[in-house]
Amino acid sequence: MKQLESQYTKILSDYMVNQTEKNLYIAQNFTRQLIQKSISPEDVVSIHKNAVEQIFPDQMSEAQPAYDFLIEVMVHYGMAHREHQSLLQKQAEYEMEMNIATNIQKTLLKTYVPQLQSIDIGKISVPIRKMNGDYVHFFHDGEDYLSVAVTDVVGKGVPAALCMSMVKYGLETLAYAYKDPSYVLEVINRVIEKGVDDSMFVSMFYGCLNVKQNIFSYASAGHEPALHYRAKVDQFFPVEAKGLLLGVLPETSYSFHEIVLEENDMIIMMTDGVTEFRAQNDLNSREVITALIKANRHLTAQQLCQLLYKEIEKVQNFKLSDDFTVVILKK
Amino acid sequence: MDVTIHFKEINHKLFGFVEGEIDTFTASGLREELEAVKITEGLEIELDLSKVNYMDSTGLGIFVAFYKRALRENGKVKLVGLSNRLQRLFEITGLSDLMDIETDKKVELR
Repeated sequence: MKQLESQYTKILSDYMVNQTEKNLYIAQNFTRQLIQKSISPEDVVSIHKNAVEQIFPDQMSEAQPAYDFLIEVMVHYGMAHREHQSLLQKQAEYEMEMNIATNIQKTLLKTYVPQLQSIDIGKISVPIRKMNGDYVHFFHDGEDYLSVAVTDVVGKGVPAALCMSMVKYGLETLAYAYKDPSYVLEVINRVIEKGVDDSMFVSMFYGCLNVKQNIFSYASAGHEPALHYRAKVDQFFPVEAKGLLLGVLPETSYSFHEIVLEENDMIIMMTDGVTEFRAQNDLNSREVITALIKANRHLTAQQLCQLLYKEIEKVQNFKLSDDFTVVILKK
Repeated sequence: MDVTIHFKEINHKLFGFVEGEIDTFTASGLREELEAVKITEGLEIELDLSKVNYMDSTGLGIFVAFYKRALRENGKVKLVGLSNRLQRLFEITGLSDLMDIETDKKVELR
């Protein structure tokens, strides 16, 4: 410290005599030494004060209290500054972990959209935050059967994502029973009910299309009703089924229903992020959605999904408030 | 926007008046308030949601959790004053068959 002080005094007195860039540059280099030796801001002020005292001893009596005051201020400033730095560092660490988790989730919950000749399938799922609380799962058996599960976990972000992995593996193990919507929901319900706390639950719409016979059987666990577009009459019909959310009660049964699909018919499944317009209370979201689909029914299922996302984002002034997922099956 | 809840006990019955918007950000405060409610055997609790102008699924989760706790501790929970929009939310999710809910009835404050 003594050595630093005499160095600083030398640099300062040189500068007082000759205010050149060179002398300033020497001072700049000196600050590196200060950093290396972790000299705190208040100590720098104290070094400066002692230097001034040596160079201008007669002026010091007046300025002394002001310097002491500055040293006190710098003590607190230094503490606040260090705290801020450590918070920034922590934040950077969290962000890095979050990115890793997001990537893991993306890999874990990747949806493979099957390609069938007689059915056109479209799917879009966009998370509102980094992690997605919506998930879509397909099963298919050649050109005979196609099943789809559209799920939404309550809440968003990390807790939702963790719960969703559980749902995914539940579905994965149910591959043997994928043609039976009621059974799938009943089993997944038991899995979730055991695994989560009271305020956590999942909604799921599960449908199975018998591709050869064009029969779509479905069941719903507290999920947003789907839509059936009937090309022949150019109208939409709600695809509703009563059923409790998954994870609320251990023993819940789910009834299934059937509808027949005809040429150019569509089934539109979605999550509440699609139908809920929080800021536009007066708009009927279902009317917006059906009008969009009707006007663009010539598009492919995938193009329709993307169009819905783009247009609804616009209606909501680019401020969607929930994860957004749409699946469209087109005959 | 925030959410608040005020309790009032009248004739051994607990009334809760919820006001505001319940979403992911405001939900934790409401959850804590409801968790702090001591449920004694046979206690009847009535939550008035007529001043709730928005609720998402996180909000739904809070009431489900409260309902399940009440069920375990032998209390009774009833939700009243639901707007059409809230009513629809409870219907779609199948919760209206499970929980005791009532639409749009004005509950007298005093």
